[in-house]
Amino acid sequence: MREGAPDPELYDFQRYHARKPIAWPGGKKVAVWVSPNLEYYEIDPPANPHRKSWAKPHPDVVGYAHRDHANRVSHWRMADVMTKHGFPGSVSLSVALCQHHPEVVADANARGWEFFSHGIYNTRYSYGMDERQERAIIEDSIRTVREATGQTIRGWLAPALTHTPRTLDLIAEYGMDYTCDLYHDDQPFPVKTASGRLISMPYSLEVNDHYGFFVYNMSPREYAQTLIRQYERLAAEESGTVMCIPLHSYLIGQPHRIGPFEEVLRHIAADDRAWITRAGDIADAWHQANGHAAQEDGQ
Amino acid sequence: MSLDPTYLEYPKRAQGYDHALYPYSTLPSRPAVQWPQGKRVAVWFTLSLEWFPITPSDTPFRAPGHMQTAYPDYRHYTSREYGTRVGFYRLLDAFDRVGAKVSVATNAAIAERYPQVIADIVAAGHEIIAHSTDMNGTIASTLPVEDERALITQSLATLERVSGTRPRGWHSIARSQSFATLDLLKEAGLDYCVDWVNDEMPYAFNNGLYNLPLNHELSDRQIINVQQQSIDSYAQQVLDAYDWLKAEGEALNTARMLPLHITPYIIGLPYRMDAFEALLAELAARPDTWFARGSDILDAFRAA
Repeated sequence: MREGAPDPELYDFQRYHARKPIAWPGGKKVAVWVSPNLEYYEIDPPANPHRKSWAKPHPDVVGYAHRDHANRVSHWRMADVMTKHGFPGSVSLSVALCQHHPEVVADANARGWEFFSHGIYNTRYSYGMDERQERAIIEDSIRTVREATGQTIRGWLAPALTHTPRTLDLIAEYGMDYTCDLYHDDQPFPVKTASGRLISMPYSLEVNDHYGFFVYNMSPREYAQTLIRQYERLAAEESGTVMCIPLHSYLIGQPHRIGPFEEVLRHIAADDRAWITRAGDIADAWHQANGHAAQEDGQ
Repeated sequence: MSLDPTYLEYPKRAQGYDHALYPYSTLPSRPAVQWPQGKRVAVWFTLSLEWFPITPSDTPFRAPGHMQTAYPDYRHYTSREYGTRVGFYRLLDAFDRVGAKVSVATNAAIAERYPQVIADIVAAGHEIIAHSTDMNGTIASTLPVEDERALITQSLATLERVSGTRPRGWHSIARSQSFATLDLLKEAGLDYCVDWVNDEMPYAFNNGLYNLPLNHELSDRQIINVQQQSIDSYAQQVLDAYDWLKAEGEALNTARMLPLHITPYIIGLPYRMDAFEALLAELAARPDTWFARGSDILDAFRAA
C-alpha cells in the first residue's frame, strides 16, 4: 500500500458493469466457500499498546469460555454438518491452536480442509510490529501449519484483523496467493504489492456469523435467511462471483443455531449453480480464467 | 516503531490450555451419560433473583441491569423490584403447573429483605443457588481476594440461615470471576458453579469443583434485552435447541442438557408470560424432557 496517502492504492477501480464473466469450473455461477475460524484466545495475553484484548480484567470468563466452547464442543457439531452436506472448510487458523489443541486441527485436516493463517493467537495483534517482527509471525505461521498438517498456507486473514502498512507486501513476498482482509468486491482482484501475485479473496464481514449475531442482532433463523438471500442474489447475477460464509463454531455451533444453519447448506448443496469449494481452488480457477498458469506450474 | 520483544514470546504455547484451571476434553470423546428414566434432555431453568441497590457500585464493575440514570434512578430500581414482587410469582405458578423444579440464583439480600420469597422457593421444592450478596457484589481480579472471600462467605451464610439449607451451587454476577474464585468456592464447600460457558455438560475443574454450563446466549437477557428479539423468537430458539440436542443425544446414544437462564423482570412481564407458558407446556409435553435442578443434574452426572 501507499503509506500515509489518502488512497492506499491497494487495487485498481473496476466498475461492476461490463465485466467479462468469470466461468467457474463446470459452468457454475457462484463459488461458495465456507471459512471456519479455528482460534485460540489467550486467557491472560500481554498488552498491545494499540489495542486492548479482553473487555474485562483477566480472566474474562465469558469471553474466554465462549471461545473455548469451539474447541471442546461446537467445532465437531459445525464440521459434521458441513461434511454431511459436502462443504469443505478453508480454515482461518490461529496457528498456536496446532500446539494447544492439535485434536481440532487434525480433525479439520482429515476432512480435507485447507488452512490459511489468522496469526499466532487471536489475542496477539500486528499493530506496532516492525518488519522483522512481522516476518517472524509469517514464518512461524508457514512453519507451524506445515509441521502440523503438511499443508503450505496460501492465504492470510490478519490476526483479529490487525494490519500494518507492509502486511500485504510481505505475505505476497512469501508466496501467498490471497488475502481475506479486503472487502471491495464480490470477485477476486489483483492486489498491488511490491512482488508476487496476491489477489483479494472475497471473505465477508456482512454475512459473517459474528456480524449476524452481534452486530445485526439476528435470530438464528434470520441469519439463515440472510445467507440464502445472499446466495440467491449472487447466483442470479451475471459475473461469476464468490460467496464466503465465515463462521465461528462457538456461535454457529450453538444448539439453537445449528439447525437453521444446516438448512442453508442443504439449500445451496441442492442448487446446481453453486461451485462448493475452497479458497485456494478459487484462486487457481481465477488465475486460469485470467490466462495465468497455476502457481505450481512455475511463474 | 516496534513492539516489546516479549510480545512475540509465547511461554504457554504447548499442548493443553494456557492455564491450569481445568483439563482439555472434547464432548464427542466422552463416555455416554444417562439421565433418570432414560430422558434425553435435561431442561434446567435457572432464574436470577436479584436486588439492585439504588446506589450502584462500580467496584469492581457495575452489574448488567443496574442503575443507569443520575441518582435517584427510580425507573430501574422499581422495574427490577417488579421482577421479584410480581414476575417471579407468575413464574412460580407457571413452573408449578407443569411440575418443573428449577434453580433460583438468589442474592443474599433477597433472603435478608424478603424471607417470604425464600420460604416460597423452598416450599415449592426449588433449589437455591448462591448469587453473591446483592447486585453490587461483583467479582473480578481487581477485587482484593479477602473482599472476595468475605462476599462468598457472607452470601452462603445468609442464604443458609434463611433457607435452612446451605447452597451447593454458585453463580457469579455476569459470570465474572477472578483467578482466585474457583479455589474460594471450593474452600467454601460448594459443589459447583455455573459461570463457565465453554461446555454443554458438567465437568470438573482441577480443584474438584464442578461447572454446570449455563448458556449465556440462549437466555432471555441476551435474546430479548440485548438482541431485542421477541418472546416468540426466544421460544422458537429454545425449541430449535431442544430438537437439535435431542437428535444429537439419540444419534450418539447419550444425553444432553438444555440450560435456560431467565430473569423475572424480563420474562415475567404480562405480555410475555402467555408465550412463555406455552413454551413450558410444549417442553413438558415432550417425552424426552427431564425438568431438573442444577444439583439433580450434577448428582445424576456423577452417579453415571
